[in-house]
Amino acid sequence: MSDANAYEFTTHVERASDRELVLRRTFRARPQIVFDAMTKAELIRRWWAPRSRGVELFECTSDPRVGGTYRFVFGRKGEPPMAFSGVYKEVVPGARVAYTQIFEPMRDAGEGLITATYEPTPEGFTRLVQRELYPSKEVLDGAIASGMEKGMRETLDQLAVLVAEL
Amino acid sequence: MIETFAALAEPNRYRIVELLRTHERTVGELGERLALSQPLVSKHLRVLKEAQLVEVEPRARERVYTLRAKRLREMSDWLERYRQIWDERFDALEDLAFEMEQKEKAHERRKRL
Repeated sequence: MSDANAYEFTTHVERASDRELVLRRTFRARPQIVFDAMTKAELIRRWWAPRSRGVELFECTSDPRVGGTYRFVFGRKGEPPMAFSGVYKEVVPGARVAYTQIFEPMRDAGEGLITATYEPTPEGFTRLVQRELYPSKEVLDGAIASGMEKGMRETLDQLAVLVAEL
Repeated sequence: MIETFAALAEPNRYRIVELLRTHERTVGELGERLALSQPLVSKHLRVLKEAQLVEVEPRARERVYTLRAKRLREMSDWLERYRQIWDERFDALEDLAFEMEQKEKAHERRKRL
């Protein structure tokens, strides 16, 4: 069967190695559109913040060219904002993008590398594979460990948003 | 610093954890099942113990290993929370991308008329 039901329109996360996570998802739109939505600032603003967790995106810039930079400033109202930033390393419009990522409050932890590929399906959908290589296994382990302190549920959700993405 | 991921990334250690899922086992039993020498099994168990994935209990003349489910659960809980965050983002992205595509198609249709 080659219809929409053959795909899972939900997100899969897999630990690919001690310092790498892989996210997979299918979208009902062609690769160029999904690529644009994930790299153009005015479009990123419309989906990036996980609003159910009270997180807002305050500032968003993105220059998706090799050597171009991006920066997302976000947080919860009444709390100090935080930022992710990095540099585009590879940009193949509609097909592939790779960029470094620094979680600014933890700059010393080093930079991660995120690689996203946009594969067309026969139906004209997009299969996205997003590989997230952490700066070190300690950073990924640390994200998980810090995410587990008891009585820190709330901070935790925030940490998961923040640190997990390094 | 816990080293859960690193500990599990090694195939034989992963198999040890799988074997301990069903019940506790001695070093000798694990070695037999995995066709590995006892010193090698002990070495892997030491890494798993440091990552707090297994516990050891001396019993008579043997050392019996059991799985510490808590550490594994923590890891899967964290991954699940991370998955949920991205699922929420991607749901919003899906709505946006779908809307963009429909607009584009409508535009194409108008152009053809």
